[in-house]
Amino acid sequence: MTSALQILRLDIGLPLDSGAIFSPLEIGYETWGELNAAKSNAVLICHALTGDQFVAGPNPVTGQPAWWANLVGPGQIIDTNRYFVICSNVLGGCMGTSGPASLGPDGQPYGLSFPVITIADMVRAQAALIDHLGIERLFAVIGGSMGGMQVLEWIASRPDRVGAAMPIASAARHSAQNIAFHEVGRQAVMADPDWQGGAYQIKGTKPVKGLSVARMAAHITYLSDAALHRKFGRRLQDRNEVAFGFDADFQIESYLRYQGSRFVDRFDANSYLYITRAMDYFDLAAGFNGRLSDAFTAFKGRACVVSFSSDWHYPPADSRHITRAMIGAGVEVSAFEVETDKGHDAFLLDEPQFHEAMAGFLAASAADQGL
Amino acid sequence: MSNAASTRADHEIIINAVPQGARVLDVGCGDGVLLKRLKQERNAIVRGMELSQAGVNACVAKGLSVVQGDADLDLALYPDDSFDIVVLSRTIQATRKPEMVLKQMHRIGAKAVVSLPNFGFWQVRLSLLLNGRMPVTQGLPDSWHETENLHLCTLLDFDDLAKQSGFDLESVTRIAAGKASAPSRATSNVLNWFSEEAVFVLKRAGMPTR
Repeated sequence: MTSALQILRLDIGLPLDSGAIFSPLEIGYETWGELNAAKSNAVLICHALTGDQFVAGPNPVTGQPAWWANLVGPGQIIDTNRYFVICSNVLGGCMGTSGPASLGPDGQPYGLSFPVITIADMVRAQAALIDHLGIERLFAVIGGSMGGMQVLEWIASRPDRVGAAMPIASAARHSAQNIAFHEVGRQAVMADPDWQGGAYQIKGTKPVKGLSVARMAAHITYLSDAALHRKFGRRLQDRNEVAFGFDADFQIESYLRYQGSRFVDRFDANSYLYITRAMDYFDLAAGFNGRLSDAFTAFKGRACVVSFSSDWHYPPADSRHITRAMIGAGVEVSAFEVETDKGHDAFLLDEPQFHEAMAGFLAASAADQGL
Repeated sequence: MSNAASTRADHEIIINAVPQGARVLDVGCGDGVLLKRLKQERNAIVRGMELSQAGVNACVAKGLSVVQGDADLDLALYPDDSFDIVVLSRTIQATRKPEMVLKQMHRIGAKAVVSLPNFGFWQVRLSLLLNGRMPVTQGLPDSWHETENLHLCTLLDFDDLAKQSGFDLESVTRIAAGKASAPSRATSNVLNWFSEEAVFVLKRAGMPTR
């Protein structure tokens, strides 16, 4: 990995849901702002499937802007002048944290010998980082999509360590439809001969075709029908009529191909398999005899559950399910559904209603916690 | 449903009925004006439920803990005795099953405060008598086909339903022309004639009678 990344190496054994003990653990992470003397102003931000720790400030590896630059920074809603913001690459990822592309103890890339991980394992790794930073209790844990699953896992497994929780465009369990889309993506990767049974690093190949098809399929789920129609419609790409062939006649085809080809430059194919698997395995209630509200009874902080009306990947109904369970558990919860036609990706975009809700929630939580 | 007016006579009475530091659930909390005042003036621990997404969003942006929900369906989610006081201001007449709503409130909190427009008010009666049309008054401003109100009642009607739902009446306060009178210990024919709106403070007595 490149030296532009800040990496913490911990020689602890991280116990995983699968029963394996993972060691040594490396965590790629970034922080912004200053931790106050009482260590009470830390905000942990959890990234989504293909996100990374560069929530603010450009990514030095990809050169891309930060994924939440519109929300995190000095004077922004998640104000780095006020809060100590932490974001780490998830376990299984490929931006500095241990993942299948990392080198194992034998000096070879793990590939498929990397243990299968879960959302709870990702949170265990984050908790190890938070311990290392000397922080007992996080002011807030915030995340969208898979990041929201980590937020839920935090308050279920470490309720005393979180003051305010904000799961955004997320779910307490992965739906059959979501598992299905992930399986399509994984099969695309594994069908690419360059995948080499997962050993492509050793063989010197890269399953770019498979991974890019996986990304294309996933990308559709991030957008709404209305947004696709508005952006592309049936418009043709650099031509006036269809070419009676299988080139990218339509703009939407060209766009998806571009998204796919760009993705393979920054993401590891095996990481994609492992992280999608972790999401598929996520069912928070399963650890609580099937009663989701029992997952939240020990949490005494505040929660704000946000969803987007046109998100069919993690639809508002999934968020309502979380909210209802929290009400039953007696959690101080607010729930906010943003009216938008931008689909799942709306959580990354400039959505004034969403930003107002976050500002209101954070301000009230800060007042509660005496910040 | 609650509206945005910042000084509503029923709000004043509700605020007076809430002790310092009480846990309050406002069912049909609109844009959160009452919740905010309860928090500021009574140091109350406040939560809200509101049907309209716009109302919920306005509340959350103010830092209030409010969820989207339908009084008819979602009160069942709240655990027994999870609040000291459950407030229902200008909402009961818009619910589909007022009796079910009252019984849920009875289960959730030991005390309930309900404000409602009174169909027994003399102007309403006179209007119906003289014009032969559904009354449109200051308290009932929408015509019959536009109103969100499904279950209009008089003070005497509501008094019956509250008792049937297991509540004792602590007080009832008359509001007319936007002004509140001194609270009364019981509903009466006179109050029924002269209240445009009323606020009932109810406390849990026995179990619902049916």
